[in-house]
Amino acid sequence: MAKNNIKLEAKNLNAYYGDFKALKDITISMEEKAVTAFIGPSGCGKSTFLRTLNRMNDYIDGFRTEGDILLDGKDIYDKNIRVDELRKEVGMVFQKPNPFPKTIFENVVYGLKIQGIKNKAHLEEAAEKSLRQTALWEEVKDKMHKSALALSGGQQQRLCIARALAISPSVILMDEPTSALDPISTAKIEELIYELKNDYTIVIVTHNMQQAGRVSDNTAFFYMGELIEFGKTKTIFTSPSNDRTQNYITGRFG
Amino acid sequence: MTNSDKNRLKDKAFQVFGIFCTLIGLVVLAVFLIDILIKGLGRIDWEFLTSLPSRRAARAGILTAWAGTLWILVLTTIIAFPLGVSAGVYLEEYARKNRLSNFLEINISNLAGVPSIIYGLLGMEIFVRQMGLGGSLLSGALTLSLLILPIIIVTTREAIKAVPGSIRDGSYALGASKWQTVWNQVLPASFGGILTGIILALSRAVGEAAPLIVIGALAYVPFIPSSPLDEFTVLPIQIFNWTSRPQEAFLINAAAAIIMLLFITFLLNGIAVYLRNKQQKKIKW
Ligand SMILES: Nc1ncnc2c1ncn2[C@@H]1O[C@H](COP(=O)(O)OP(=O)(O)OP(=O)(O)O)[C@@H](O)[C@H]1O
Ligand SMILES: [Mg+2]
Repeated sequence: MAKNNIKLEAKNLNAYYGDFKALKDITISMEEKAVTAFIGPSGCGKSTFLRTLNRMNDYIDGFRTEGDILLDGKDIYDKNIRVDELRKEVGMVFQKPNPFPKTIFENVVYGLKIQGIKNKAHLEEAAEKSLRQTALWEEVKDKMHKSALALSGGQQQRLCIARALAISPSVILMDEPTSALDPISTAKIEELIYELKNDYTIVIVTHNMQQAGRVSDNTAFFYMGELIEFGKTKTIFTSPSNDRTQNYITGRFG
Repeated sequence: MTNSDKNRLKDKAFQVFGIFCTLIGLVVLAVFLIDILIKGLGRIDWEFLTSLPSRRAARAGILTAWAGTLWILVLTTIIAFPLGVSAGVYLEEYARKNRLSNFLEINISNLAGVPSIIYGLLGMEIFVRQMGLGGSLLSGALTLSLLILPIIIVTTREAIKAVPGSIRDGSYALGASKWQTVWNQVLPASFGGILTGIILALSRAVGEAAPLIVIGALAYVPFIPSSPLDEFTVLPIQIFNWTSRPQEAFLINAAAAIIMLLFITFLLNGIAVYLRNKQQKKIKW
C-alpha cells in the first residue's frame, strides 16, 4: 500500500502504565491523507496508542514508552521535540464532546490565541473558515458569542473538530468521536471525515464496524495490547487472515 | 394496627422530632438576634459609627474598630488570596501524587482545624518578635492569613477538582502548556468556587479576636490606622472590651458593635452564596 507517503509510523512500540504493559511491540504505518481505523475489544489499547501519537499520555503518572513513533520521519518522543509544537501538528477529537465553557468563538480560536495571535480580523476569519469546513457555520454564525454548551451534542462535536482544524494540523486523531451521538449527527461526522481526508491524515478509533468499513481506508485490529492485523479495510473486512480478526468483525466476541 | 400504619406513624413522629430540632437552632439564633437588636439598634447612628473610642460610654464610637476591621480584611485578602490559590493550584495541578504530596495534603487539612489562638502565638513569635513588626495591622493580617490559608487551599483544590479532566485534555490537545491550561481553562471554570471559599474564610477571619489579642492588638486606639504598620483594633476586640465592663451603657455599645460585625459577616456570606448560585447556573457540565 505504497500509494501514499507514510505520515505517521510506530516502530516496535511498547507502552506501560507503571508495571502494566498496555501496548506490545506495535509496528504500523499510517498513510498520508487517508483514514486509518483502530478496532478491537474494549481495553485492548486503542486509546492508549492513539494518545501516544500526540503524547497526551505524558501527564499520566507512571506512563512510559519504548520504541519510536515517527511523524514525517521524526521521532516525536525525542528530547528536542516540543510537545506544544507536536500538538499543533497532530490534533485530537475526543469521545465525549468537550467544548470549553466559553463562547463558540472563543472555543474555535482558543488554539490560535494561546499561540499569541491577537489580531481580531485574523481570528474571525480563521473561525469562519474552520466552522465552514465542519459545516457548522450556517448553524452558529448568529450566535458566535453565545455559550458553546448550549449547542446539541452533535454540534458540539463538530465544534470540537473545528477547534482542532483552526490551528491547521496535518493529522487528526479521533477517539470514538461518534459514540456519544445520535445516528444523524453520526452520519454528519462521517461525511465530514470523508471530506477531511482530502487534506488531513486521520486516525480514528471506533467500536462500530460499519463505521470503520464506511470511513476508513486501512484498518488495524488490536487485541490485548497487540496489533493482530493491519491492512486495507476491504481486505480486513472481507478476507482477514487471522481468526481472531475474523471472529471480532463478525461479532463473535468483543 | 397494621405494619404499614406503624411505619407511617414512625415517619410522622420523626418528622415532628426533626422539625423540633431544626426549630431549636433557629429559635436560639432568633432570640439572640432579637436580644441584640433590641439592645443595640437604637444606639447605632452616624455619630456612633464615626466617633473615636472613649472612656465615657455615651461618647464612645466604633470608628477605629471598623476601620481596623476593614484594613485587616483588605490586607488579609491581599496576602492570603495569591498564596492560598497558588498553593492550591500547585498541589492539584502540578505536584506529582506521591508520599510527600499525600503528607502535605493531610497536614493542610489538619491545619484547618488548629485553634485560632495557636496561630496567634505563632504570629506573636514570628511576625511581632522575629520580624519586629510589633502589634501592627501587618502582623495581624499575616497572622490571620496563616489562619485562613488552609481553608483557602482546601477550597481552591475542591473547586479545581470539580473541573472535568476533559476540559484539560481539550486544552492540551490544542497545544496549550500546563500554565496556559490552568490560566485559561481551569481557573476561570473554578473561580466562583474559589471566590466562595475565600469569602467564607475571610468572614471567619473578621470574627476573630483571640489571635489578634495575642499579637497585641489594642482595645483603645485613638486614631484611624493610616498605614499597615500602625497599631489597630478590630470590632471583635472592641466588643470583647466593652462586654467586660460592668456598666450597662457599655453593654449597649457592645450590642451595637455586634450588629455591625454581624452585618459585615452576613454581607460576606451573602456574596458567597450569590457567587455560588451564579456559578452553578452558568456551568453545568
Ligand atoms: N491511566 C491509566 N492507568 C493505568 N492503566 C490504564 C490507564 N488507561 C488505560 N489503562 C489500561 O490500559 C489498557 C488499555 O486501555 P485503553 O483505554 O487504551 O483501551 P481501549 O482499547 O481504548 O478500550 P475502550 O474500547 O474501552 O476505549 C486497559 O487494560 C486499561 O485498563
Ligand atoms: Mg478507548
